Amino acid sequence: MLDTIVIPVLKIAVLLNAVLVAVTFMVLLERKVIAWAQSRLGPMRVGPYGVLQAIADPIKLLVKEDIRPVRADPMLFTLAPILSLVPALVVFAVVPFGGDELFYVTDINVGLLFIISVTSIGVYGIILAGWASNSKYPLLASLRASAQLISYEIAVTMTLVSVILTAGTLSMVGIVEAQQQSGLWFGFVQPVAFVLVFIGGLAETNRAPFDLPEAEQELTGGFHTEYSGMRFALFFLAEYANIIVISAVVTILFWGGWLRPFPNVEALAFLDLIPGWIWFFAKMFVFLYIFIWIRATLPRYRYDQLMRLGWKVLIPVAIGNIVLTGVVKVLL
Amino acid sequence: MTGQAAAASTAAPIFDTDELVINMGPQHPSTHGVLRVVLRLDGERVVDADIVIGYIHRGIEKLSENRDWTQIILLTDRMDYVAAATNNLGYCETVEKLMEIEVPRRARYVRTVLAELQRIASHCLWLGTHAMDIGAMTVLLYAFRERELVLDLFEDYCGARLTYNSMRIGGLPLDIPTGWDAKVRAFCDLMEGKIPEYEELLTNNRIWLERTRGIGVISAEDAIGLGLCGPPLRGSGVYRDVRKDEPYAAYDELDFDVPLGTRGDTYDRYLIRLEEFRQSIRIIRQALDGLPEGPVMGKVPRLIKPKAGETYHAIESPKGELGYFIVSDGRATNPYRFRVRPPSFCNLQGLRPLITGHLVADVVALIGTIDIVLGEVDR
Repeated sequence: MLDTIVIPVLKIAVLLNAVLVAVTFMVLLERKVIAWAQSRLGPMRVGPYGVLQAIADPIKLLVKEDIRPVRADPMLFTLAPILSLVPALVVFAVVPFGGDELFYVTDINVGLLFIISVTSIGVYGIILAGWASNSKYPLLASLRASAQLISYEIAVTMTLVSVILTAGTLSMVGIVEAQQQSGLWFGFVQPVAFVLVFIGGLAETNRAPFDLPEAEQELTGGFHTEYSGMRFALFFLAEYANIIVISAVVTILFWGGWLRPFPNVEALAFLDLIPGWIWFFAKMFVFLYIFIWIRATLPRYRYDQLMRLGWKVLIPVAIGNIVLTGVVKVLL
Repeated sequence: MTGQAAAASTAAPIFDTDELVINMGPQHPSTHGVLRVVLRLDGERVVDADIVIGYIHRGIEKLSENRDWTQIILLTDRMDYVAAATNNLGYCETVEKLMEIEVPRRARYVRTVLAELQRIASHCLWLGTHAMDIGAMTVLLYAFRERELVLDLFEDYCGARLTYNSMRIGGLPLDIPTGWDAKVRAFCDLMEGKIPEYEELLTNNRIWLERTRGIGVISAEDAIGLGLCGPPLRGSGVYRDVRKDEPYAAYDELDFDVPLGTRGDTYDRYLIRLEEFRQSIRIIRQALDGLPEGPVMGKVPRLIKPKAGETYHAIESPKGELGYFIVSDGRATNPYRFRVRPPSFCNLQGLRPLITGHLVADVVALIGTIDIVLGEVDR
C-alpha cells in the first residue's frame, strides 16, 4: 500500500509542482538571458532583480478574463491547451533525476519509447488549437505545426535508435548505467546523434529558429493568436515543460545523466561528493541555456526550408548513423 | 450513364481548392504601421496580393496649401517620421530653389551632417525591424541602441528627438552647439565599431542567407519600370543616387561611394544599406573636417512670398528619392499647389510583384526590405 500508492503519489505531487515552478522560473530566466544578450536589463521591478516576476506572471494570467471567440469550437478550444500540457507533464514520470529510486517516479523498461510516444501527442493540442479557433492565422499555424512535428519526429526517433543500439536498453536508468559501464558519455560515442536530437528537439518544441507555428511576425502568434489568460498560459507552460523535457532527455542520453565527469576514473572520485542530482541539474541547465541562447541569436527558418532540412538532411544522416552504429556494434 | 460520367468529369474536383484570403494588417506586427495587405494564398504561397493604403492619411499636402511657407516645415516632419531632418531639408531646398536664395556654406555642411545622421538613424530602424521580421530579435535591440545615440545628438542640436523642425528656408535656425561636432565624431567612431556586430549576427548567418538570398528578386528594368528609388533600385544594380546625380547641400564637395547590388534580391538590399551606414559615416567625417566658418542663415526676406512659378526638387532621403513639387502663384503667403513624391509610396508599388509567388513568411521580409514608413506613403 505504502510502496505502491502513497509514495508514488507523493513523488508525482512533488514532481508536478517542481516542474510547474521550474517552468515559471524558466520563463524568467529566458527573459533575463535574452535581455542580457540584447544589452538591456529585463524584468527589474518585481522583487530584487525581478525574481518575483516568475510569481507575478502566473497570477496575472490566472486572474485575466477568460475570452473565447464566438465562432470557436467551445469544446476543442478548451481541450487543446490541456491536451498540449498534459503530455508534457506526463513524460516526467520516466525521467530519472538521479540514480537513486528516490529521484524518479518510475523506471519502465521502455522508458525512451514512452517519452517519444507521449511527446508526440502534444502536437494534437496545437493542431486542435489552430482548428478550434476558427481563425485563419491559427489555421495556417496548425498546418505548419503538424507538418513540422511529423518530419522532425521521424528524424529524432531514427536517431534515438542508434542510441538504443549503443546502450542496449530502452530504460532511461539503464541508459545512464550503460554509460557508467562503458566509462564514456554517449555524447562522445554518438556526437552526430546528439546534434540531431538537439536540433530535432528545438523543432519539436517549436523553439527558435524553428518556431514557425507561433511565428509572431508572420502569423501574429500562430496557434495561440485567439488564446488569452489561463488557456494561453497552459500553452506557455507546455512549451517550457517540453524544453525541460528535451534538455533532461539529452542530458540522460548523451551526457551521462547524474554521473560525474569521467565516471570510472578513480582519481576524480572526490567529484562524487557532489550529489548526482546536482550534476544532473547542472548539465540540464546548460541545455536550457543553449535553448535560450539560440533564440536570442538566430533568425527564423522558412517553412519549406525547414521541411527540406528535416527530410533531406536530418533523416538521411540519422539513417546513416544507425547503419554506422550497427556495423561498429557488430564488429566490436 | 454516359451523361453522368460526362457531368462528373466537368464537375468541380472532389477536394475544395479555394484560395485562402487572408487579411494582413492594418493591425499586424510586421506591416510597419497601418499597411493592409490582402493576400490570396494557395497553401502558404501568395497567388495575388492587394495592397491597401490610406489608414494614416492626414492630408498633409492639402494642409500645406493653407499654411504659410515656414509652417510647412513642421508638417514635413510628420511625413517620414523616422527621417524628419531629410524631409525638412528637401522642403527647404525646394523653396530656396523657387526663391533663388543663397544658402551659406556652413549651413549646407551642417545640413549634410544632419541628413546623414538621419540616414543612419533611419537605417538603424530599418535594420532592426527587418531582422526582427525574419526572426532575429537581438539585432533590433542593437540597432535601436545606436539609433538612440543619433536621437540624442538631434536632441542636443534642436531639442527634439523625432519631429525636429530643424531647418529653415535659407539656412538653419541654430548654429551647432559647442562641442557638438566632437560628439558626432565620437558617435561615428562608435558606430563604425557597431556595424561589424550587426554583420556578425546576420551577414554570414546561414539562416539569414537562406531567408534573403534570391527572395524578392527584381530586375533593373522592372525596378525602373515600377519607379523604385533608393536602396531597392540600387539593389538591382541601377546607378541612381540624387546625391551624386543632382547634388544638393554639400554633397558635390564631399567624396563618397554609392553601393550597388548585382542580383536585386533582399540580401543585396541588406548589404547596400549596411554599406550606406559606412558611407554616411565617411560623409559626416568629411563634412565636419571641412566645416566652414560663417553664418548659418542666408539673406531671406521677412515675408516669404516666392514669385509666381513652379519647381521640382528632389533629395536622396534614407528611403529613396524624396521630391517636392511646389507651385506658387506669387500673390499668397502659402503655396498654390504642394505635392510630394514620397519614396516609400513609390517603392510600395514594387511590393505586389515582389511578393507574388513567395511564401507568407517572405511577405513580411519583403515589406521590410523595401523600407516603408506609412506616414510618408499616405501623408
